Amino acid sequence: MSATVLFRRGRVIDPRNGVDGVRDVLVRDGKVAEVSDTPLPVPPGAEVVEAAGRWVLPGFIDLHVHLREPGEEGKETVLTGCRAAVAGGFTAVVAMPNTKVVNDSGLVTELVLSRARAANLCHVYPAGAITKGLKGEELAETGELVSSGCVAITDDGRPVMNAALMRRALQYATMFGVPVMVHEEDLTLSAGGAMHEGSVSTRLGLRGIPASAEVAMVARDLVLLEETKGRLHIAHVSCEGSVRLIREAKRRGLLVTAEATPHHVILDDRAVGDYDTHAKMAPPLRADRDVEALREALVDGTIDAIATDHAPHGVLDKQVEFEKGINGIVGLETALGLTLELVHSGLLDAKRAVELLTHGPAKAFGLPGGHLAPGAPADITVVDPLEEWTVDAHRFYSRSRNTPFHGRKQKGRVVQTWVSGRKVYADGQVKESR
Amino acid sequence: MRHLLGIEGWRRDELEAVLDRARAHLPGGPDTTHLLRGKVVANLFFEDSTRTRTSFHMAARGLGAGVLDWSPSGSSTSKGETLLDTARNIEATGPVAIVMRHRSSGAPHLVAKHVRCVVINAGDGTHEHPSQALLDAFTLRQRWGSLDGRTVLIVGDILHSRVARSNLWCLKALGARVIVCGPPTLVPPGLEALGAEVTHNLDAVLPQADAVMCLRLQLERMSEAFLPSTREYSRLFGLTTAREERMKAGALVMHPGPINRGLELAPAVADGARSVILEQVSNGVAVRRAILEVCTS
Ligand SMILES: [Zn+2]
Repeated sequence: MSATVLFRRGRVIDPRNGVDGVRDVLVRDGKVAEVSDTPLPVPPGAEVVEAAGRWVLPGFIDLHVHLREPGEEGKETVLTGCRAAVAGGFTAVVAMPNTKVVNDSGLVTELVLSRARAANLCHVYPAGAITKGLKGEELAETGELVSSGCVAITDDGRPVMNAALMRRALQYATMFGVPVMVHEEDLTLSAGGAMHEGSVSTRLGLRGIPASAEVAMVARDLVLLEETKGRLHIAHVSCEGSVRLIREAKRRGLLVTAEATPHHVILDDRAVGDYDTHAKMAPPLRADRDVEALREALVDGTIDAIATDHAPHGVLDKQVEFEKGINGIVGLETALGLTLELVHSGLLDAKRAVELLTHGPAKAFGLPGGHLAPGAPADITVVDPLEEWTVDAHRFYSRSRNTPFHGRKQKGRVVQTWVSGRKVYADGQVKESR
Repeated sequence: MRHLLGIEGWRRDELEAVLDRARAHLPGGPDTTHLLRGKVVANLFFEDSTRTRTSFHMAARGLGAGVLDWSPSGSSTSKGETLLDTARNIEATGPVAIVMRHRSSGAPHLVAKHVRCVVINAGDGTHEHPSQALLDAFTLRQRWGSLDGRTVLIVGDILHSRVARSNLWCLKALGARVIVCGPPTLVPPGLEALGAEVTHNLDAVLPQADAVMCLRLQLERMSEAFLPSTREYSRLFGLTTAREERMKAGALVMHPGPINRGLELAPAVADGARSVILEQVSNGVAVRRAILEVCTS
């Protein structure tokens, strides 16, 4: 470990500070010390990272990750999840509370944080539950959760179906300044559904989940948001109707932010193919016009962040009848490559893509990092934008392999990840500190 | 060797080869008991269906095969055995084909990916029921010679009907025009993209049909609020004697069975001159023999 690091001649893309050009970045004592467009002298004892031809970026921040600990350590642990995160260029992750002991109390929050300290790889920010046991009946103790370290509250995996309770959650959370993160799904509309309702579900004879299952809840929560003056973050937006409502709400000044996953932006419902459970998620992969709308929303700022909804599951959870298959895919180690597909196709410029992975999420949740101005944490991701590689799920650091992207060709890869000035991933290897 | 997971994906000439071959398996045809002699066909029925199971059983016996009948009652599935465990155990007995009925759409696709023998879909969830579609097409060809230029109207619960999907693919591939008709709550979206014409007005399209295929209404759909009542369904979509009179001369009435008499089909129509319902049943074994023969050859 080196206290002083000089990243030389990389293309620094730092959207928050309006930087996009070749710079030297000097890191000292875990913080960014200087960003210079002229070459800097190498300080004595400094480690030098020759970054010519590479991108030097703020470390990526993932607002939506399932680390499965406590309770389902066979799928993932805080440690293995952090390894996957840094291998994917993420220096901070927000851990969802729907573990098998639900994070609805300070005790569980502290357990997750202590596991994260032991892993000592990336920043882990727990999210606490909105309701006790995610049951949607009583509010969890938001105050205790926040004082223990939670940065948001969410019942992710489930909606808060009771509108009155949701209204109170938004009101109550205003005391603590944390966003209420919502998984938008009207369970009466989605009941029994296994994939997006459309011509593909019709062809496959699977019961569909209509777009209205999401859009109706987004509409409800925006109405509640306006009334409560709260802070709402909409997780994994999947359809055109939601995008339209969020765009309009933002225009009217409501405090709403939103994220989209790489898979909802890259794939549509045709990816289900012949009942491939690796394409089964909640919300489901939608129709091509929804994908189109999400892409526009990434460009115009309606969507603030790309978040992976990293959802590790075992092989047996997926090798079953489609209707029985568990929802979700792992995402930390494929996020950059998939995001860069949008850059290579000309949809996003590099700066906006980086913003969606860095400053966008940092700002949505009020997290440190996400930029490289002097004084910022030295959370840095170095990317080779041209390296071509093929996704190999068997080589994931995640404990799970459930991805529809196995075998997909990618251009652009994370080569180094630095957290607080310490190299935690380089040359394909996670650097454990012990 | 080829799986029959659905009609979708089969070309016209391939379907016609099965239908042509089925003629040789009609009663009074040549002896075919040598075709699968010494082989075993496994009947893997996770969902009850006496008709289809019996029909496949007789078909396999008629080709000289032994039949392994497997059903999940009280057996391993209740002890947490997965579908793949079961399929692999069946496969270990060395069948030449697994004939499979399952309540989940796509279940035979999953099995087919993991076993080496042929998988024949005997009905999966609300997806496909290919042998039914083939015997329906066979029955129509018996009457018409060719389906080219004919219009077939499928009436009823399209959303939950594997028969409707398989017939749509099959009839379209064989040159027919297909109209589907049912209440909007029971017609899934995007059927036009699959080649069907969609209507909710039975009386408007009835005179155009050369054959009307009534689907069985699952009575549990009532409790799920897809429909207000069986009475209203019957009034709007039942093939009554009054409606029958407005059908084209010579137009046929079909039903995959079992019939809710008086609900989707009036008894007099089911037993009337237009009905080919019993021919459908008796053609079942011949068509399934042809399926087993073609898929395992
Ligand atoms: Zn969710």
